[in-house]
Amino acid sequence: MGTKNTKRYKDRHERKEMIFRGILYLSSVGILLLLIGFFVSLPLDAFESIRKFGIGFAFTRIWDPVAGNFGALVFIVGTLVTSCIALVLSIPFSISIALFLGEYFREGIVSTFLKSAVELLAGIPSIIYGFWGIFVLVPIVIDLEMKLMVINDRILPYGVGILTASVVLTVMIIPYSASIAREVITLVPTDLKEAAYSLGATRFEVIRRVVLPAARSGIIAGIVLSLGRALGETMAITMLIGNANRLPDKLLSLANIFVPINTMASVIANEFAEATDSLHRSSLIYVGLLLFLITMVINITGRYIIKKTSVSIDE
Amino acid sequence: MKASSTGYRIIKDKLFISGVVLFSFLSIVPLLLILFYIIKNGIAVINWDFLTQLPRPMGEEGGGIINAIVGTLMLIVIACLVSVPVGVTAGIYLNEYRTGKIAESVRMAVEVIMGIPSIIIGIIAYTWIVIPLGSFSALSGGVALAIMMLPVIIKSTEETLKLVPNTLREASLALGVPYSTTIIKVIIPAGLSGIITGILLGVARVAGETAPLLFTAFGNPFMNYNILEPVNSLPLLIFVYATSPYQEWHSLAWGASLVLVVFVLLMNFITKLVTRR
Repeated sequence: MGTKNTKRYKDRHERKEMIFRGILYLSSVGILLLLIGFFVSLPLDAFESIRKFGIGFAFTRIWDPVAGNFGALVFIVGTLVTSCIALVLSIPFSISIALFLGEYFREGIVSTFLKSAVELLAGIPSIIYGFWGIFVLVPIVIDLEMKLMVINDRILPYGVGILTASVVLTVMIIPYSASIAREVITLVPTDLKEAAYSLGATRFEVIRRVVLPAARSGIIAGIVLSLGRALGETMAITMLIGNANRLPDKLLSLANIFVPINTMASVIANEFAEATDSLHRSSLIYVGLLLFLITMVINITGRYIIKKTSVSIDE
Repeated sequence: MKASSTGYRIIKDKLFISGVVLFSFLSIVPLLLILFYIIKNGIAVINWDFLTQLPRPMGEEGGGIINAIVGTLMLIVIACLVSVPVGVTAGIYLNEYRTGKIAESVRMAVEVIMGIPSIIIGIIAYTWIVIPLGSFSALSGGVALAIMMLPVIIKSTEETLKLVPNTLREASLALGVPYSTTIIKVIIPAGLSGIITGILLGVARVAGETAPLLFTAFGNPFMNYNILEPVNSLPLLIFVYATSPYQEWHSLAWGASLVLVVFVLLMNFITKLVTRR
């Protein structure tokens, strides 16, 4: 009798443990399935467009929902141009912040303030950047356009366009590259720096010849990861890019910096809810699929560099 | 190498540090400007009516944003209900089976999902939920936000549980406490503050998100409590009002921005308090 009860207790107990482990297992596999779902679902929903336009979709500059002709070249160019401008503009700022917090002033009130301010910068929603940009930055850019008289084929300056979007994007990505760069700069071994100081190097020389080279791959990883963010940034860009579905006529002209264009993310944000035609919708999803693949490659590259760096620091 | 004079090298050193300080503080100027404009223009609009009334039709004075506030809270609750159980259990799994093949690939998947642009998560929620249910809904918006919260919750759960000392687990198991009870009654309480931090961080990440809601929650000028109907949210309302040509709507958008920014920053602040303890 006693053994029977114990056995029943043990059975129930074991079943409970099995269920518990099962739940843990299911959640984890669920995450994998979620990601696989992205890989299956996006190509499937873009299939109509993929079949019709093939790989040439990425190199066609016509986007005409009325005639049913679609190509993503304009958006790819728009995305790359705005992201690259933002990336280049952000580098001096993020490296300065990283050196300020990771090398010059590691502690103290001022660096706590700067650190919290940068964190807040990262915390402000994209929509707020866009809204602020419309009402504060756009008038400034209009003034600038008037002063420079870069009026191409139109009479009034818009104020929205590549420059405005890139400037806001710069501010938005600074915190990401700065925080990663700061972490690696903090990790540079003190002996290395002390060795250089003992040879009579100034602080600048130590930073230039020891700290930055030692932290180089981490800094690059931070920049790559912030590129990943810049590529997928949607709302602020949608509000400030001007939403024009064509490339400027003269490609290599500096005045193009004011031209309105569209990015991959912003064209989806603008047109998806209104796309009733199935080819239009699947073309937008095709654009989304390309964006998904590009950002994934960029992100994995960044993580890979970080992983390699932290291994070499451990050794 | 050409030897340069000490004076020149010192000047270069000073110039460099001035540059670092200058650029560091220049980069927070936009933050101060944004906060300044939002507070200046937002305070003027915010009053009790603004927080408790529905938006009025175009042309009428006044009106509020209560539907967007309620909608935002609904979306966040739905997102938490979906993402917290899955995220915490997946985080526990990653901590328990650190080196397994599945754990490795789940970790990789979490990184990838973390980097997916939010607009694409919107497309997925649209095709997985909006199309089958036949209408835009709070549910689809909440699920989109849940997908964005998941990686944050999983990562912070795993990181916190890693820090729980192994002796705690061994003590519990040595007393004959079953494995599941050990985790629920010993390991999780020990790492609770970290898990809560993760959830709050996730909420702060999605509370201001607009892109995934554009074609899922969609927006709604009326009050709605039904999760199968479209709802408004603060970011969506700001987007619609800010891009409209009407002056009254712009000032409402400033007010809504202030409410949203205060909410998001409060979340970050609470997160910090919890972490410090």
